[in-house]
Amino acid sequence: MKLNMMSSPYKHSHKSLTGVMLMVALAAVPGILAQCYFFGTGVLIQLVLALVCVTLFEAAVLYMRGRKMWHTLQDGSAWLTGLLLAVSIPPLTPWWVIVIGCFFAIVFVKQLYGGLGGNLFNPAMAGYVLLLVSFPVQMTSWLPPAELMHHQVGLLDELSMIFSNYSQSGYSLEQLRSNVDGITMATPLDTLRTDVSHGLTVAESMVKPVFGETAGIGWLWVNTAYLLGGLLLLQQRVINWHIPVAMLAALSLCASIGYIFDSGNQPGLAFHLLSGATMLGAFFIATDPVSASTTNRGRLIYGAAIGVIVYLIRTFGGYPDAVAFAVLLMNMAVPLIDHYTQPRTYGHGAKS
Amino acid sequence: MDSLLARISRGQLWPSPGGVHPPVNKSQSNSLPIHILPLPPRLVLPVKQHIGAQGHLLVNVHEQVLKGQALTKPHANWSVPVHAPTSGRIIDITPMPSAHPSALPELSIIIEPDGEDRWCELVPHPNYRELTAERLVDILHFAGISGMGGAGFPTYIKASTKQQIDVLIINGAECEPYISADDVLMQAHSEEIVRGIEVLRHLLQPKLTLIAIEDDKPKAIAAMEQASANIDDMQVRAIPTKYPSGGEKQLIQILTSKEVPAGGIPADIGVLVQNVGTMYAVQQAVELGKPLIERVVTVTGDTLAEQRNVWALLGTEVKHLLAQQGFTPEPMQRVIMGGPMMGFTLPTVRIPVVKTTNCILAPSAAEMPMPGEERACIRCSACADACPASLLPQQLQWFAKTKEYKKLEEHQLFDCIECGACAYVCPSEIPLVQYYRVAKAEIREQQIEQIKSDRAKERFEARKERLEREQEERRNRHKRPRRSTEQDSQSKEKVAEALARVKRKQADKGDDKTRLPPPLPVRKRKRRANNLSRITVT
Repeated sequence: MKLNMMSSPYKHSHKSLTGVMLMVALAAVPGILAQCYFFGTGVLIQLVLALVCVTLFEAAVLYMRGRKMWHTLQDGSAWLTGLLLAVSIPPLTPWWVIVIGCFFAIVFVKQLYGGLGGNLFNPAMAGYVLLLVSFPVQMTSWLPPAELMHHQVGLLDELSMIFSNYSQSGYSLEQLRSNVDGITMATPLDTLRTDVSHGLTVAESMVKPVFGETAGIGWLWVNTAYLLGGLLLLQQRVINWHIPVAMLAALSLCASIGYIFDSGNQPGLAFHLLSGATMLGAFFIATDPVSASTTNRGRLIYGAAIGVIVYLIRTFGGYPDAVAFAVLLMNMAVPLIDHYTQPRTYGHGAKS
Repeated sequence: MDSLLARISRGQLWPSPGGVHPPVNKSQSNSLPIHILPLPPRLVLPVKQHIGAQGHLLVNVHEQVLKGQALTKPHANWSVPVHAPTSGRIIDITPMPSAHPSALPELSIIIEPDGEDRWCELVPHPNYRELTAERLVDILHFAGISGMGGAGFPTYIKASTKQQIDVLIINGAECEPYISADDVLMQAHSEEIVRGIEVLRHLLQPKLTLIAIEDDKPKAIAAMEQASANIDDMQVRAIPTKYPSGGEKQLIQILTSKEVPAGGIPADIGVLVQNVGTMYAVQQAVELGKPLIERVVTVTGDTLAEQRNVWALLGTEVKHLLAQQGFTPEPMQRVIMGGPMMGFTLPTVRIPVVKTTNCILAPSAAEMPMPGEERACIRCSACADACPASLLPQQLQWFAKTKEYKKLEEHQLFDCIECGACAYVCPSEIPLVQYYRVAKAEIREQQIEQIKSDRAKERFEARKERLEREQEERRNRHKRPRRSTEQDSQSKEKVAEALARVKRKQADKGDDKTRLPPPLPVRKRKRRANNLSRITVT
């Protein structure tokens, strides 16, 4: 009788890479729905565009590299990159922006570094940063929340905006973003930093309608929704607690200290935690396993450093939000962090 | 230490890092009583079944042997004998595939049972407490007992340790899925096991004895608690079910909070671990005089009509075990010796049960699907979270793939116990343990090569030096003037001496005319000299 020989273990947990990626995508659904609700369904159009682009780019590179195309595509990592990029950009950004972003993220940041697992940088964030520095106008043209908008836009308007820059009724993005007084509305983070730089105090700036109660209409709920998704990921053990907890704790600490010493110019804790990309960053972006630190102690350092950098750039830097920059900066430090935070192996030192 | 000992004896447990919770799959086999198999048509007994050296053969081909008769005699350190598991005739002594992952042939004694199952004369020692420690250790040694839990370390060595043992741990954790051999043995023979533990306690005099059993074996826990109820300083400890809590190092950590130092043994921290099956064998050997000739083996897997535990004579071929349980092989069938996490697949079913064989697993394809294709590592470090030794399995995997041996050693590859928890959880289905095994083997080979090449280099350099020295000497001799004056005078003296010697001899033998020709007349001598001079001139 011919027996089959193989190496142990023969049992597997049936946890699969595709399953992990799917779970992350699933956990992002509440956040995406919140974005749709407050900022229109443009994000869904961007999402479809991104998924098509990453699939094509990934498949093309895999073909050129002589890899198994379908087998590798199935791991779902490219789709997750597309998803994260799509939810990070303003919903009515012209179509070519996301195409360029996907191209750079997949071809340069991911595949040229050796494909999944080989990339030093988070592909979605590297793609985002490329777009932000190359097309600053498009990349910061966030719509105000629907309830503040003068002209309401439907799905067809959004399609038309993305592909032809004008809504069906002929409005440009600038017009759509303007309030009744003809002044363009920016995101809460952007508004606040502009106002503070113009000499207003935080309290004076925050009376603007875009802020709502605390962290901005819509943004508060989008962040809460991503927080919920993040908790699901923790509960499902898809991510470890170290990075999000360290990042949020460091950001909170910095924000609190800043608020205590300089409450005139700095918003408080709630604003930092619930505005911008804080929760998306903490649970979905900084936790990208490939580019994050791999030791538990290292993850605490990595997460905390991202929190600090986000605070520093938001408060003193040139950009309103900073999750992407913070993540990329810390990506570079990962090999070093990993080297110095190796856990103590059983039987080495300590107790004897 | 004493306060720690107090905490240990109060029942405190400590966490061990990592670990996984695979489905235990023990209920298939642990509810039926241990079955006694009919005699197999032949028994194949490898002469060496444990760590250490093999013994000297005591028997020849065609010899008739009795059940329990010693077939080998221990000779070097760490060697223990093997005994005939039943009476019969030795039909061959030849290398046979071994019960080892490599299945490399090992010298084996093949016995054809005669069906009478006749015991040799046994020498029981019910009053073993009256014996000396050396004598008692010898009984364990000559009964052929080696650890029956895993590595098969000779028990007599552990039993005669010179180090002070504070805590004796009896390992009945049996954390690996599917295996229930220790479980059913504890259920059926708790009294004997406890009596075996008493033998070891008598030898080692530990301050505390703990019998560790995972809490998914309530019947075994109850049986052992009952059997050990009236004994001081012996406690049964139910530990949380988690793989690999039954690993020696992990068990020590859970029960005592201590860690075996890297490269050390448990006795270094005052702990000694023995398997429950070994304790049963000790009791049988000491109180009944029976050597180790059989053991409990779990025969399980969905390709079998009946999954249960059996008493298998050592040397019984796996084929016989499977056939007795109604084995229906599938295409691509795997037969695993050991459990699904650490066992090894057999190349053939004609591999014998040895002292360390606790399970034969013949799973169906549905039960244990073939692994999927390996995908890229995403550094999720689920493996690191599962590692009981706090290693970084994914880092090790990268280094193993790129053959960075120095990095592997820096990341303590050799502290990996190969439990398979990392590969079990890996979402990319990377066969991590396989990479480590290969890397370990390559590093060991490289070290051997290194030693060899160092030696060769030493030899080569020594030779080169010698050759250079000789050449130097030759050159110097060349440069030297033909004869130094000193040498000249020396040789002149030598010549003079030689001449004198010759003259003396001639003088001594002067009277012996028969042997020496008469000296030539002076004129003749002169003429010859002239001739010679002429020749030299021309």
